[in-house]
Amino acid sequence: MPEMKLLFKNIDRENLHTIDVYEDEGGYKSLDKLFAMKPDDVIAMVKTSGLRGRGGAGFPAGLKWSFLAKDVFPRYLCCNADESEPGTCKDRELLMKNPHLLIEGMIICSYACKIEIGYIYFRGEFQDAADLMDECLEEAKAKGYLGKNIKGTGFNLEIHTHLGAGAYICGEESALLNSLEGGRGEPRMKPPFPAVEGLYSKPTVINNVETLCVLPWITREGGEAYAAIGTEKSTGTKLVSISGHVKKPGNYEVVLGTPMREMIYDMAGGIRDDNNLKAFIPGGSSVPMLPADMVDTLYDYESLKEAGTMLGSGALIVIDDQVNIVESTTRLVSFYMHESCGKCTPCREGTRWLYQILNRIMDGKGADDLVEKLEDICDNMEMKAFCPLADAAVAPVMSGIKHFRKDYEDYFKKMAAGAV
Amino acid sequence: MYAFSQAAEQKIEKILLKYPNKVSALLPLLTLTQREESYISPDAMEEIGRRLDVSPAYVQSVLTFYTMYSTQPVGKYVILFCINISCQLNGCDDLLDYTAKKLCIEPGETTPDKKFTLKREECLADCTRGPMMRVNDIYHGNLTCEKIDQILDSLA
Repeated sequence: MPEMKLLFKNIDRENLHTIDVYEDEGGYKSLDKLFAMKPDDVIAMVKTSGLRGRGGAGFPAGLKWSFLAKDVFPRYLCCNADESEPGTCKDRELLMKNPHLLIEGMIICSYACKIEIGYIYFRGEFQDAADLMDECLEEAKAKGYLGKNIKGTGFNLEIHTHLGAGAYICGEESALLNSLEGGRGEPRMKPPFPAVEGLYSKPTVINNVETLCVLPWITREGGEAYAAIGTEKSTGTKLVSISGHVKKPGNYEVVLGTPMREMIYDMAGGIRDDNNLKAFIPGGSSVPMLPADMVDTLYDYESLKEAGTMLGSGALIVIDDQVNIVESTTRLVSFYMHESCGKCTPCREGTRWLYQILNRIMDGKGADDLVEKLEDICDNMEMKAFCPLADAAVAPVMSGIKHFRKDYEDYFKKMAAGAV
Repeated sequence: MYAFSQAAEQKIEKILLKYPNKVSALLPLLTLTQREESYISPDAMEEIGRRLDVSPAYVQSVLTFYTMYSTQPVGKYVILFCINISCQLNGCDDLLDYTAKKLCIEPGETTPDKKFTLKREECLADCTRGPMMRVNDIYHGNLTCEKIDQILDSLA
């Protein structure tokens, strides 16, 4: 059973975004169970579930919470709704169709981590989603799910929305904190990690929308039940945005460990115009692409790592055989050049050099030693910047050269023949 | 001196209550100004700085970091046209050309009647409906030339 709907259960029910319909679907029921537990037991339950952060890094959520500096208050929760990774649009679907699920998840996380103030950081373009969330927060407050002394437990929680203003880098957690503090969205040096010194220098939990949205299910059904889904180390389901050259693009909820062939050919209906698959990027534009012959790789954290790539944010970008990879790579590198915050030299200069060389190749103004130059620049960028943006820019270049060197050579051949 | 509207003042009051540190209200105040005026003038920067107790230079350094703020007036409708990978694979380049020709401007420009500003934009998180564009706050996906005509022609 590759598809399984825990988060997307009844996602298309009309008015699910209103609290009445949400409660009718069993919404906020997990709180009865939650408030009967001790906060530490909630953290233990999430550890048992094996839930890993769904934003990109895949770090175990329960473990992340347990790193919070002991006995330092106030603590903050920041929900990362800065969904900007090219290819990824699954959080937007949750935010637009089932916003109360996120509120319920944030209540669970805050209770477990003894947090009384939460922020939802939306990317600036999600004004519609933030406006909807403001209404939902009011509804939840009116029903006593938020505010002071929630359901007579003595637990207080307020949640606020906050909008960014157009900067991919603010999805990086420390840049998000700087942006929320009213600054430029530049990443911070780590350590200290946000769990020790985060928002306003206080211990802070930062989780992706999808990660928090899983919590009501885990609280209702238990950590073991969640761990029983998926593979041993990649538990549960994952929302995957399948885009590009497929017949039925869309957001799908898949059991981790599903072969990508099933995702592309069964769920998403196969390749458009019945062309052949050429390449696919399994986890958003920041992870290395794979060639068609690796389509039987399983969709889970370990299998993708073994295949030389990553699960990332869960965006499967499908590319057919009508595409020249140099062209796609140039588009992606242009994106990273535009979004580099400029703080670190390898990223600021490297992305620009990569872009210039790729354009020279496409314009027919260079020779095959340019591939070596690209590799050399990548080597000087990877793991040499404060944050992973430089590594992300390297991913399409290096994986493109590795798997599709022929596409580069085609340009050089054309160049030699004077055809470009 | 820049003056906020009365409606904006009420919003500012609420915004300031959200944060323990008032500088956090900087992006929300800039967004509010951008939405009211269609750009952020030096006078507005100074006034926002005064409210939040930071220098106008600080305000400027922050606002220039983010792509959604403008220091020049923009059109009544701002069209953000996604050109990133998923939209590119589905033909956004031709549609962007089509839109630019239709409006008789280049991406990055505003029509002389100040009705439309057209911008090339990076991924807007609507990839499964690409090609897509955002017109003010509204997302439009699965674009075709006909659909673009329909959307833009319906705007007053």
